[in-house]
Amino acid sequence: MARRIRAVAAVARDLLVGEDWGLAVGMVAALGLTAGLSRSTVPSWWVLPATILVLLPLSVWRAERRRG
Amino acid sequence: MAVFLACAVEAAEAATIVLAAGTARDWASAGYGAVAATLVLAAAVAALGPAITRIPAGALRLVVGALLLLFGIRWLRKAVLRAGGAAALHDEERIFRERVEIARRAARRGWGRVPDAYGFALSFQGVLLEGTEVVFIVLTFGSNQHAIGLAAAAAGAAILAVGLAALAVRAPLTRIPENTLKFVVGVLLTGFGAFWSAEGAGARWPGSDAALLALLPAVALVGLLLIAGLRWHGRARTGAARPPISPPAAEPG
Repeated sequence: MARRIRAVAAVARDLLVGEDWGLAVGMVAALGLTAGLSRSTVPSWWVLPATILVLLPLSVWRAERRRG
Repeated sequence: MAVFLACAVEAAEAATIVLAAGTARDWASAGYGAVAATLVLAAAVAALGPAITRIPAGALRLVVGALLLLFGIRWLRKAVLRAGGAAALHDEERIFRERVEIARRAARRGWGRVPDAYGFALSFQGVLLEGTEVVFIVLTFGSNQHAIGLAAAAAGAAILAVGLAALAVRAPLTRIPENTLKFVVGVLLTGFGAFWSAEGAGARWPGSDAALLALLPAVALVGLLLIAGLRWHGRARTGAARPPISPPAAEPG
């Protein structure tokens, strides 16, 4: 049973997190910031696009640095 | 369209495993395995689909959007690394050869009406694993658009098209531009995921749905610039020429 739960958890982790957990954590944190800002008068739509613009290049750069 | 393209990629990967099982072991057993796994996946969509549509619209957009965003950005990252030369392209022919080699070594044993249990298990496992991503995309995209039936039909059409092509050639589908499709689907899932999850979290996009017309090209542009940067970095490091910038040109065959 425990082995099956671990196997399902591994599939879910591979599906959503992949090789860079920092990227996934960053996107979730950005979503939290979006929700927080949406409760104020400050526009919040820009948070996710800005996070993609910063975190995706960082993640690609980290992978390239690991390789080389 | 996103569902169709994503499912075509996954179906090509699953077809490689089924073909390897059929070539090395037994075609009937490989076929039974593929059909059994497809039925399990269809049952998962039928069971989970109605449950997902009962979630309130705002919460659904937040959860489904976040899942699509995480899933999409993972695909986009992988496609960028492959097209930029920082990771190996998915080579269906090599995978096919390896699978056939491993499958030929296993002992032959029947199981009920299935002539070869190993061929059945290999095919079943491959289709089930690749199909999990198909189910995920069908459920998330379909539920958010209130069209799980349409998403399932698009997935079925992609699987049928790739399955028929694989049956016709009985060889790995190396001509499917897998990384290009992965890049396009990564852009679509990341863009729609960011849009829906931000809306679900309470954000108001300028121009409402029209914001997608700016968001999707912007995500694609970031991806293309990263590919160009990786190739430039690779050339600067090795001094060797790499393929031109556009992702489609990065595909073999």
